[in-house]
Amino acid sequence: MARAHSVAPADRFPVSARKSAFPYLLTGALLIAFVGSLHVAQADPRRFLEGDALGNVLRFLRGSVPPQVSPQFLGLMLRPVLETVQISVMGMVIAVLTGLPLGLLATSSLTWSGVLHERRSRFGRWLGGFVPYAAARGLLSIFRAIPEYVWALVFVRAVGLGPFPGVLAIGVAYGGMLGKVYSEILEGANPRPLEALHAGGASRPGIVLYGLVPQALPAFVSYTLYRWECAIRASAILGFVGAGGLGQQIDLSMRMFQFDEVATLLGILFVVVGCVDFVSGRLRARIIR
Amino acid sequence: MIPAPPRGQIRTAWLTLAGFTILIAWSYRGTGVDLGSLLGGEALRQMAAYVVRLFPPDLSPATLREAAVGAVETFAISFLGSLLAICLALPLSLLTTRTLLYQGILYEGHTLSRASLMFRVGVCVAGKALLRVLRTIPELLWAVIFVFMVGLGPFPGALALGFHTAGVLGKLFGEVLEDVDPRPLEALQSTGASRLRILLYGMLPQAAPQLVSYALYRWEVNIRAAAILGLVGAGGLGQRIHVAISLFLERELLTLILAVYAMVTLVDALSAYLRRRVI
Repeated sequence: MARAHSVAPADRFPVSARKSAFPYLLTGALLIAFVGSLHVAQADPRRFLEGDALGNVLRFLRGSVPPQVSPQFLGLMLRPVLETVQISVMGMVIAVLTGLPLGLLATSSLTWSGVLHERRSRFGRWLGGFVPYAAARGLLSIFRAIPEYVWALVFVRAVGLGPFPGVLAIGVAYGGMLGKVYSEILEGANPRPLEALHAGGASRPGIVLYGLVPQALPAFVSYTLYRWECAIRASAILGFVGAGGLGQQIDLSMRMFQFDEVATLLGILFVVVGCVDFVSGRLRARIIR
Repeated sequence: MIPAPPRGQIRTAWLTLAGFTILIAWSYRGTGVDLGSLLGGEALRQMAAYVVRLFPPDLSPATLREAAVGAVETFAISFLGSLLAICLALPLSLLTTRTLLYQGILYEGHTLSRASLMFRVGVCVAGKALLRVLRTIPELLWAVIFVFMVGLGPFPGALALGFHTAGVLGKLFGEVLEDVDPRPLEALQSTGASRLRILLYGMLPQAAPQLVSYALYRWEVNIRAAAILGLVGAGGLGQRIHVAISLFLERELLTLILAVYAMVTLVDALSAYLRRRVI
């Protein structure tokens, strides 16, 4: 008994006791990671002074001024620019088509737990609910953990060069992200309207349609628009791996040391991304309000 | 009863919807995507044939060693890149925090001279422009530039991530610093604290959890980016993926992709853990 008493104070504040060691452990781990990374990455600022590093930069900068703005070049670039926008839009369409069904399956309140499933047998919940739920989550995690460029590389090999692999790459990688976020939005929805509908005798699709969808829709649309902003940036560089659009042109100009063209293309990218950000930002502000 | 939205709003909603429908139709034609063939035609067959060639992953010791070295390099690139980005973004974000330079509670009561105000606004605008340039240039292009400068390897990759991410983080940090609760700043100011003190004891402690959270989020983005910078010669798994793909070593490619998956999952978990512990 006496022993138990002497232990009690330490037991009562386990959190603060652990917290005191955590900052030191964290600092130590960060330091080790830092030194190790410096070593692995062969980081050495002196490499800036070796060879012709600064000369190369100067050549790059001097080459990029003035930017190439001849009407002929700009006319040639119109197609890749439009293609970049098209890839991002089509990629988002595929991403929604992939992400929405998988996201719905990956929502526990829709598939196996909570008010919608009170009357199902345990086995029915497990087989008809939990198994597809886990499968959808796994699939989504694979889709989004592999970067879109790697997807693009694989798709270029699988279906050939051009905008199509770019669309697929954005569709799959962003589908994974959308699906995860959609399911999080749905899980976070207020359950009380659902319970009210349930108590009123509404069918399951009815509960989803009238209870969940109105709650989740603004957040869905807003997040999808935000991802579109990211998709346009992604589609602009997917061309580096042969998936069409602006990136391919930037890569070509870079390889031919036409830095004035690179400067122009970057300017165009800047404007296109700015436009999409503006449109999407305006729409999102309206939806949130 | 829910009041019906005004007529104008409904019309805008329809117009927006119509706009997006047209945009999608135009993109559908332009990209030559054939959804029909995707769901059961030539494209699907091609992809299936390719996927079959990826299996089983090559698990020979040599490939595994290669994948492990690549994974460690990728981690190092993302880690150093994110650290560099934080080091660059913090000072730059201070330059773009209007509440620190010329606006808001710290300047109530003083009138800055016209020249000083112009200078401060100029600094802010220049800082914002610099951040915008940093983040508009994609990581891959920064990597190309740094490969030019310091040669091949993971080092230019880390630099590239650092510069691009600095642009993103600088903007986010600046927004966080501008959005802090002004009342503690006012309290500090009323005790006669200098502006540096107000920044250190009023702004940064309020902003710190958000800053850490954004930095961790960008680290998650950067591990994905680090996995592909190798395509332009900046080390890591990307370089090995590029080689495997060019040499048609499909089974090795799958091993490397699995390594990417493992690294990304690891960093996501680490970041989630740190976020929980630190914030």
